[in-house]
Amino acid sequence: MKNGQNLLRIQESRDAGFVERVERESGQRVSQCYQCGNCSASCAYTHVYDFPANQIMRLIQLGQKDVILRSRSIWLCAQCQACTTRCPCNIDVARVMETLRVLAVEAGAVTQKDIQLFYDEFLKSVAAFGRVFETGLLASYNMKSGKPMTDADLAPQVLRKGKLALLPHRIRGRKEVAAIVRRFMDGAPERG
Amino acid sequence: MKAKPMKRTIAYYPGCSLEGLAEEYDRSTRAVCRALGLELVEIPDWNCCGSTPAHSYNPLLSAALAGRNLALAEEAGLDTVMTPCPGCLKALKGALHKQGEDPNGFQDALGRPFEGKVRAVSVLQLLAERIGPEALRKAVRRPFRDAPVAPYYGCLLTRPAAFAQFDDPENPVSMDRILEAIGCAVPDFPFKTECCGATYGVTRNPIVTRLTGRILDMAVRAGAAAVAVACPLCQQNLDLRQAQVEKAAGRRFRLPVVYITQLVGLALGLTPEEVGLDKLFVSPESLIMNLDAESETADSLSNAG
Repeated sequence: MKNGQNLLRIQESRDAGFVERVERESGQRVSQCYQCGNCSASCAYTHVYDFPANQIMRLIQLGQKDVILRSRSIWLCAQCQACTTRCPCNIDVARVMETLRVLAVEAGAVTQKDIQLFYDEFLKSVAAFGRVFETGLLASYNMKSGKPMTDADLAPQVLRKGKLALLPHRIRGRKEVAAIVRRFMDGAPERG
Repeated sequence: MKAKPMKRTIAYYPGCSLEGLAEEYDRSTRAVCRALGLELVEIPDWNCCGSTPAHSYNPLLSAALAGRNLALAEEAGLDTVMTPCPGCLKALKGALHKQGEDPNGFQDALGRPFEGKVRAVSVLQLLAERIGPEALRKAVRRPFRDAPVAPYYGCLLTRPAAFAQFDDPENPVSMDRILEAIGCAVPDFPFKTECCGATYGVTRNPIVTRLTGRILDMAVRAGAAAVAVACPLCQQNLDLRQAQVEKAAGRRFRLPVVYITQLVGLALGLTPEEVGLDKLFVSPESLIMNLDAESETADSLSNAG
């Protein structure tokens, strides 16, 4: 950030192979984007993004790998598919955003660590029990994120409705499920 | 009880939400299918589909986790898997898509045999296509007396269109037709497929209060007395988190958010307990007052065909 402007010296940070990498991993032809802006016009999350969806597409074309993989936008995309539905070039924009997350994890460039933590705890719960244990997931997220009171205001009404499960449901095939998760993720527990 | 033709037997995949915060969606789905003669067989020992977290790691992880459930259904000799949850549905359809796109990668990730001769549908699709609004209308015993109910589909029921292959991705109408068939008045609702904020309720709560607030506001402006939903996550954001939304917006909504299966069940003559109405956070009492007295003229569905 200089003089209030977010200037990118694109000639200095260009990764020439990045477009092809993203296109190969996502199966989408990002190079065909001509900046109509339909994706950003459809996006309900632009107000929390650092770069709107159409700019992410342009930055891919410009090979700005580091800028993109460290951007907030790729982690705040909710995969609602509005952009994908409306792209006139038939680019599955949501899938491209998803691919960028995978590449960010691979590159160790995750900037929204609490969101990644939530996903990690979710998958650990799946690996341990075979199904997600909502109560345990929230408890471990709260503890590890340093935000122990997250959703504490909801607890009384959930309890009153008899919806607060205190024990997980362990499926018989949880070892098989844990093995699937382990093929893609380090640190998953051996068994529940 | 009359023997049902085999083709009506459907593999049932509830998904994790329906064991927890969305237990009334599970209860009402089972009750409605039973009342309409659709036989559900729960997939034995089903596992989590992996949801968004699995996708964010690797689409193959998502495909393998969802694929195990499809494989178990196939093993049980069933060719249709129904799930009420649109998130699970996207994962199941994604698995079938991935199998076609990358059969070897998929097989390695899954680690058990799967031919892929299974299709995945939502409970809404089942009601809209296997039963249909006309047959449903004939089976109704207690129609809603023109209660205005906004149909909220959320993001994933009909999208991405290439996967979903059901209804319209921009202006879906299947739930509208079902609501009309059970006697509801369906207002024009421009936010049918707007996003509610998805899983950010926990990690980025202001996103959900803002986006869900807009949906509730539009429902009120459209004159709705309730919102009909078909997604456990949408329901959680609109109902459980309605108090959080009200606090952020500085206004009261008190708008009941009811599963489409609960509304259909009530119209079919099931009791509020049988569809788990007491499990909703915002009281749906005002809506129930709109139910007509039991009508004895309704045909049972088995007679209707």
